Amino acid sequence: MKKLILAFLSMVIWILLVWPFSSGDVDWHSIGIGVFASIIVGILFGNAFTDSPYKFFEIKRYFWLVYFVVVFVWSFLEASVDFAYRVLHPDLPIRPGIIKVKTKLKRKSGIAILANSIGFAPGAVSVEIVDGFLYIHMACIRYKDTDDATAVVVRRFERILARILE
Amino acid sequence: MRETIGILFMFAGVVFDAIGCVGLVRLPDLYNRLQASLKCVAMGTSMILFGTMIIAGFSAVGAKAFLCLIFILIISPTTEHALARASYIAGVKLWEGSIIDRLKQDSQNNGTGK
Repeated sequence: MKKLILAFLSMVIWILLVWPFSSGDVDWHSIGIGVFASIIVGILFGNAFTDSPYKFFEIKRYFWLVYFVVVFVWSFLEASVDFAYRVLHPDLPIRPGIIKVKTKLKRKSGIAILANSIGFAPGAVSVEIVDGFLYIHMACIRYKDTDDATAVVVRRFERILARILE
Repeated sequence: MRETIGILFMFAGVVFDAIGCVGLVRLPDLYNRLQASLKCVAMGTSMILFGTMIIAGFSAVGAKAFLCLIFILIISPTTEHALARASYIAGVKLWEGSIIDRLKQDSQNNGTGK
């Protein structure tokens, strides 16, 4: 099962890479090589892929994924406009420091995606992760307390990721 | 029409890239500079790729631009986290104007056996 899912994902990436539809009709040679290569990838790396493959078949997780993409893109725009303002302002209005937030996510993949998303939250980058706590460096700190900062920075990604992955 | 929108996106992307470079020079320490290089430069590059996607449409170029966009969004925060963590462990100091360092406080508390 895991191997089939991984083979399917690598086939999608292969089709996006070679794009066999450009010359009017379908280029079957490229697709054949892609099927061959993705079966090999699936057999070799299927065991290291995921430990709960049945989650790929629950439709509602994909709707939450779409919602996550919307939230993520909005947060990304907000973060870069905010940072561009700080960089271009003559007084350089930054109050940097490292604060500590906590997360309720248990799975390693969830924590990894959460840390990556925090990298795109306004003015934040995760520095260290120690069992359930993330130390993040922020360019402009408004809340020093762990609970307040968690509510502002982590919560909006965490509640969606919990529904997608857990 | 489609080309105009694409070129507008590309122009905005170039502006964001330039702002990221200015931030790299103006900001005081490594961690803030990392953020400038992540946020503004990743935004600029994604906007350029998105403009390419709009101009190229559903073609080989558009599909490759889409793949590059996704890989940039995965790779750039990972790299940033790796660099920030490595430089903190290697002992790069925060800017003296920093107002709090919880990581240092916590590691000192652990060191004294609390």
